[in-house]
Amino acid sequence: MKRQFFTLLLTLACPIAFAQDLLITGAKLHTQSAAGIIENTDILIKDGHIERIAPRIPTNKMIRVIDAGGRPVTPALFAGVTVSGLSEVDAVSEAVDSSYRELYTELMHPEFDVRMVYNPHSSVIPITRIEGFGFTLLAARGGDKTLSGQGGLVRFDGGYSSFEGKPVIYIQTSGRSAGSVGGSRVAHWMLLNQVFDEAMTDEELTLITPQGATALKTATDEGIFLFNADRAADIMRVLAFAEERELSAVIHGGSEAWMVAESLAAANVAVILNPLKNLPENFESLGARLDNAAILHKANVRVIFSSGETHNARKVRQLAGNAAANGLPHSAALAAISSTPAAVFGGEPRSLSQGARADLVIWSGDPLEVTTQAEHVILSGVPDTMVSRQTLLRDRYLDEATDMPRAYTKP
Amino acid sequence: MRSIFAIILSVFTTTVSASPFPSTYQPLPSSPTLITNATILTGDGRRLDEADMYISDGKVIWVGEGAVPTEGVTTIDASGKWLTPGIIDVHSHLGVYPSPGVSAHSDGNEATAPVTAEVWAEHSVWPQDPGFSRAMAGGITTLQILPGSANLFGGRSVTLKNIPQNTYQGMKFPGAPYGLKMACGENPKRVYGGRNQAPSTRMGNVAAYRASWIRAQRYIRDWQQYEQKMAKQTSGAETDSNSALAAALIKPPKRDLELETLAGVLKGEILVHMHCYRADEMMTILDMADEFGYQLGTFHHGVEAYKIADELAKNNVCGALWADWWGFKMEAYDGIQENIAIVDRPENSCAIVHSDSEEGIQRLNQEAAKAMSKGQAAGLDIPPERAIRWITSNAAKSLGIAEQTGTLAPGKMADVVIWNQNPFSVYAKAEQVFIDGAMVFDRNDQTLQPVSDFELGQLLEAAP
Repeated sequence: MKRQFFTLLLTLACPIAFAQDLLITGAKLHTQSAAGIIENTDILIKDGHIERIAPRIPTNKMIRVIDAGGRPVTPALFAGVTVSGLSEVDAVSEAVDSSYRELYTELMHPEFDVRMVYNPHSSVIPITRIEGFGFTLLAARGGDKTLSGQGGLVRFDGGYSSFEGKPVIYIQTSGRSAGSVGGSRVAHWMLLNQVFDEAMTDEELTLITPQGATALKTATDEGIFLFNADRAADIMRVLAFAEERELSAVIHGGSEAWMVAESLAAANVAVILNPLKNLPENFESLGARLDNAAILHKANVRVIFSSGETHNARKVRQLAGNAAANGLPHSAALAAISSTPAAVFGGEPRSLSQGARADLVIWSGDPLEVTTQAEHVILSGVPDTMVSRQTLLRDRYLDEATDMPRAYTKP
Repeated sequence: MRSIFAIILSVFTTTVSASPFPSTYQPLPSSPTLITNATILTGDGRRLDEADMYISDGKVIWVGEGAVPTEGVTTIDASGKWLTPGIIDVHSHLGVYPSPGVSAHSDGNEATAPVTAEVWAEHSVWPQDPGFSRAMAGGITTLQILPGSANLFGGRSVTLKNIPQNTYQGMKFPGAPYGLKMACGENPKRVYGGRNQAPSTRMGNVAAYRASWIRAQRYIRDWQQYEQKMAKQTSGAETDSNSALAAALIKPPKRDLELETLAGVLKGEILVHMHCYRADEMMTILDMADEFGYQLGTFHHGVEAYKIADELAKNNVCGALWADWWGFKMEAYDGIQENIAIVDRPENSCAIVHSDSEEGIQRLNQEAAKAMSKGQAAGLDIPPERAIRWITSNAAKSLGIAEQTGTLAPGKMADVVIWNQNPFSVYAKAEQVFIDGAMVFDRNDQTLQPVSDFELGQLLEAAP
């Protein structure tokens, strides 16, 4: 039912008017595929997709050419787990749709799907996009404290329903959140076991609506469950639960994931983490360390980066750079903010090979370096204007004052 | 105008104890050290390539060229490496909001009344916060610990040397002036308005500041009158028993900790650190400082400071800012990544990169790098030797310690960082950190990597 709703939206509001053909010349192409890095290559883009990757592709007057001049080209990056298009200002509750509270049912609501109200016109989206970001994982937050609701991948192409991949259900398991669930993380597991029993069998529904039961079943069959868990013991509990309930789990947080790297690898469970975390910020992350990602990667655990921030989601690139500075191979750090999240959440592949959607970025230098700028962001083959509310504010105040107030300066 | 007022007032000293909770800071053991062949950013806008530096007795002796004793000098070859003054963070809550951030450790905001100028952050500092050693690994040698921003007057700050002592007195920067944390805007009005008490509006905020300054003026006058009476009774050639008796009968005003701090600001002894986001509010605060005759020190966060960069420079006010944080609340909605670069542009400016974060303080160099490169991309000429001032000399000026640290000028404290490369990079790491000439951190030597009591012995069974 819900999928039909999204399909309908997709056909009604196809956001991209495919523009003229585009040729990028002289790229240092980070393919994020088996081809690795291809130096000094051209990329021909037709109908929003990569038509050809080769040196010195012939051009003609109809093709727009952008010379990369040897600079790096990567897939458009993953902005992490955010509430982009769901929160204009986090502290302005009337402008936030990513969570519910005091819902009068007092039930768990996995059917609370934030994609229903995603707003592609939020100023956050161009602000994030022009820094080289092409997609994010929309988050449901808050909710009933154990189960927050669901989201999924969305592309930053301005479409009303540019969703991709699988439904993602958000679950809390931590001690901190347990404060409002009876004061013990045991309560999370007690309630989760009950709600899964109800949804999966003919038991009477007491913790969930019929719609919610359907959503939980659907997600178990074809979705992802994203468990907030930092402590090693909690991660092990998630792995056991996922195995028992036969569901696909991803760890979100994972400060102590390195301590159970072998178990994560054996269960093929990916970890979304913030590689800047190195403080014992609570008793669940006493083991936080800067080389968490490096250790996990070495143990063959798939790693994804997220800061949890929405407005400053662009900082994710700095996260990846710091992971690379602390032992993670550069290519894996780049994958953690491009191809890996796309693969884990069932989105289109973020690898740049023939036939792939042309979502890519031309950088002024190393894409993980903080002094590097995104020079061109191209989504579905269309170069972005590289204008955001913030660039307009900058341009309004960058020039010296005139006799007239700044309000008359409209860059 | 302000300074004349301050001078007149300072003639009349108050009779309160000059420095309770005094610093017991002692530099750690050091030896004369010659650092050679480094790229040196001096912190005052200069860059020296393949240059040497000599430190001894905890001080910078020379940078560039100079004499070195023939014996007893440790030499560090810093070829390919960069050398900067120790990094200074003017906005930290380490110790008062330490890790682990459990509620039992939440000591940063005395959010029980909007005016709490009487509280001192140092009395909340937990020296075992693991954040201090993490900051040290990022090159932080000096930091200001501030109370939070729930209150209009949040209390006194304290400036610390970042050495791992088990008392704050042992870390207290010798001779650094106190600061007073104040806050504009949403936070105070949200905290107190939410409890249906004043202030619940921005105009309520300003009314309450002004009422407090008026009380502080009265307090100063009461003490002046007392001092004058005492001076009259005890002056003159003969001091007979009658006049001694009369003097003893003059009752001093009652000490008031809140008003002592506010009076300290009006007398120019305590520096104001004002949390303020919006351009219009910052201008209100500058007018208020004129009304009561004090010099505003530093606006913190100042997400809209770029809109009034010229006014800030003209008023000799620093702006301690983030590189890119924005949008988390309404007053942060107009943040731009060129904020620091634009605030830095006018003559006599004082742009600072601050962290307000236990994560950000570990990589203030990266925050400065982002701000520098965004400024460059906008066409502003900001080389690394200029941008380093944002986290060294300008920060020292904000804290009133520019005479002692913040640049590598001869005679200053030998607070120095050796970086493995250009510090304006995500890959840069502080290799060695010196505080008052003592090597307090060495990335390649575990014996020079302090571990707090809290972290000792955790996760014993999980050690790799």
